[in-house]
Amino acid sequence: MSEKASKEKKEQTEKQKEQSSLRQALLVPVLAVLSGLILGGVVMALSGSNPFQAYAALFAGSFGSPSVIIAGMQTYFATGDNNALVRSLYPFTESLVTATPYIFTGLAVAIGFRAGLFNIGAEGQVFIGALCSAFIGYSIKGLPMIIHLPLALLAGAAGGAFWGMIPGYLKARFGAHEVVNTIMMNWIAFRLSDWLLKGPMQASNFRPVTPNVQASAELPRFFEDPLRFNLGFFLALLFAYLVYWFLFKTTLGFEIRSVGANPDAAKYAGMSIVKNIVLVMSLAGALAGLGGGAQVLGVDHWVGQGFSSGYGFDAIAIALLGKSHPFGVVLAALLFGFLRSGATNMQSMAGIPVDIISIIQGLVIVFVAAPAIIRWLYRIKSIKVEETVLTRGWGK
Amino acid sequence: MKKFYFVSALLIIASMILAACGGGAAPATEAPATEAPATEAPATEAPATEAPADVISVGQVTDLGGIDDKSFNQGAWQGVENAVADFGVEGKYLESTQQSDYAKNIQQFVDEDTDLIITVGFLFGVDTAVAAKANPDTSFAIVDYSYPDCFGTDFTEGQTCGSASEIPNVLGLTFATDQAGFLAGYAAAASTQTGKVATFGGINIPPVTIFMKGFEAGVNYYNAQKGTTVEVLGWDTAANDGSFTGNFESLDDGRSFAESFVQEGADVIMPVAGPVGLGSAAYCQETASCWIIGVDVDWTVSAAEYTDVILTSVLKNVNVAVYDATASMVDGSFAGGVYVGTLENGGVGLADVAGASDELKAELEAVRQGIIDGTISVE
Repeated sequence: MSEKASKEKKEQTEKQKEQSSLRQALLVPVLAVLSGLILGGVVMALSGSNPFQAYAALFAGSFGSPSVIIAGMQTYFATGDNNALVRSLYPFTESLVTATPYIFTGLAVAIGFRAGLFNIGAEGQVFIGALCSAFIGYSIKGLPMIIHLPLALLAGAAGGAFWGMIPGYLKARFGAHEVVNTIMMNWIAFRLSDWLLKGPMQASNFRPVTPNVQASAELPRFFEDPLRFNLGFFLALLFAYLVYWFLFKTTLGFEIRSVGANPDAAKYAGMSIVKNIVLVMSLAGALAGLGGGAQVLGVDHWVGQGFSSGYGFDAIAIALLGKSHPFGVVLAALLFGFLRSGATNMQSMAGIPVDIISIIQGLVIVFVAAPAIIRWLYRIKSIKVEETVLTRGWGK
Repeated sequence: MKKFYFVSALLIIASMILAACGGGAAPATEAPATEAPATEAPATEAPATEAPADVISVGQVTDLGGIDDKSFNQGAWQGVENAVADFGVEGKYLESTQQSDYAKNIQQFVDEDTDLIITVGFLFGVDTAVAAKANPDTSFAIVDYSYPDCFGTDFTEGQTCGSASEIPNVLGLTFATDQAGFLAGYAAAASTQTGKVATFGGINIPPVTIFMKGFEAGVNYYNAQKGTTVEVLGWDTAANDGSFTGNFESLDDGRSFAESFVQEGADVIMPVAGPVGLGSAAYCQETASCWIIGVDVDWTVSAAEYTDVILTSVLKNVNVAVYDATASMVDGSFAGGVYVGTLENGGVGLADVAGASDELKAELEAVRQGIIDGTISVE
């Protein structure tokens, strides 16, 4: 057998292996989501609601009602009036709006996982990022949008990066576990934002909220009110691609993944553990901070105490579900966005509390975190796939 | 694969059986939902695909506290439920879990052609105004807020504030808490042993100080009637200033304010600072040295663990205001503007006074009547 033939054969098996590993990677999350939905339906039924009606309402709430969309199209083709059509897209666009911060925060947690770091601090980083973006957004007046908007986004990223860098440095320099420190940084962020919203950053009236950002700092919206779909979503997709490129196509990304896979090997290969940990935590913080910034500049335009109800915490689930891969994160974030957004309609039409979505999310995470359950349930042969090490124990 | 089929079949069957069993248990208030399957709807509405067009639908959007916050959200929902029971209107609620839900939840009700949309709290001020202007055929009511809310010159309607003018399809539900505070001041003056009563607020803003003004006026009225010299600590209407914690959270502040008032000789304290007052109540209970007057809701219910030190509570009856707004929808008299809850319409009131003599009860009733018919001024 010639060398060439064996090389070809090798390439072929490599390719096959890649395909099968992709299928493997997708199989468990998809089945986990499916099982989560089924079990969620059982929970609804147990609590006395009709799960089919609920899921129909959830679907209509997250994608829009097909009949309304078709009616909108007919009006458009008949009269050229696109009002009804655009309006019928409201549920779908609202789902994308909801998914946007999830993409950013999901990336923030995933990039940490890639380096073997568990970033529970995304929630705090979101708050700090949002406050920084809002501050630049409302305090500077008279700038053109081309400067103001990027500046406001940059402020959010910088704030988040700073908030992520602190636990990163503490871990790298002193071995203080990042799980503990990121949680503590969350609490500092919450209390700091409480104080800022009632003090230095409070709008002139008595409400504990920031002033509105200037129009020049708002992420442009594509449609008229009430559609809130804005540039933030595409920004999120862009950053997902950038994270993918960074992790898998650059030397620095390779270093980070090496540190995550085997810190000792990475160290003896001459890579700086300290530098990489600080870098990863800063990047994670920057992504989460951007998420907060994009939410303020694109959707809310001001920050109050109820700004986030857990983008950063749901992000852990999203990163797990997305297998810490940027594209997986985007898919998982879209799923969460559609679930969360459609839940409003479900709550109203089927009378089911929005909390059911948290139950479904929880079930999905259990199944993703313990793939053995899914493999056992669906009798999937356990093919040895490369498991990503999510986080390490104490110390290094 | 056998097991796979078995497990999934089991799950599906289980969910179907449970779905069938669970049908009838839906809460009564939600029964006439347009998409309710026939089994859930009353027999007369068997097709159930179209609710009768003349049934008024009411939708409440809660703030972050949720529907069972033992405060305004819950109070408002109670008003809706009472209206459902009395008028057969259709009542629904949507809970907001974060800031971006406000506009979305309002829009959900707009899309469902809800007749009256009720929003709870000042955080809805801007979103309610925007939605109301975009949907002039839908009626709105907002609890504890009113329009116009844009003052001065440096504002943008629909952004920094809601509206610079009254909105014809929005009813602001506000409360003349000075009237109820007046009664509380009278009761406090009648109950004090030391001749000193006290009040303090969270921040020096009108929604807070209106309680304190009424309280002081009530004490002064008692003095004028009885020739006593009961003194009010913590608020001075003439100076428009008093004692403020500067926040609505710190139970420690509530405790230390109560402590210093007791040291100055007061034995009845009215904290107008939300949960801060619970710190004061805890202090009073531990030292058995003072009474507390609750605000907004009846504290013997919402803070039942302090019942033994609660003299009475100044009530903002959000449920009455919401019920009245719904009633005006039903009889077609709904109009935008400002609803003011008063002693007369039951929008504000005073809870039972602990250990009150029949004499005091009669006096309070007389004062209440006096305020209603205008012979007693609460200014």
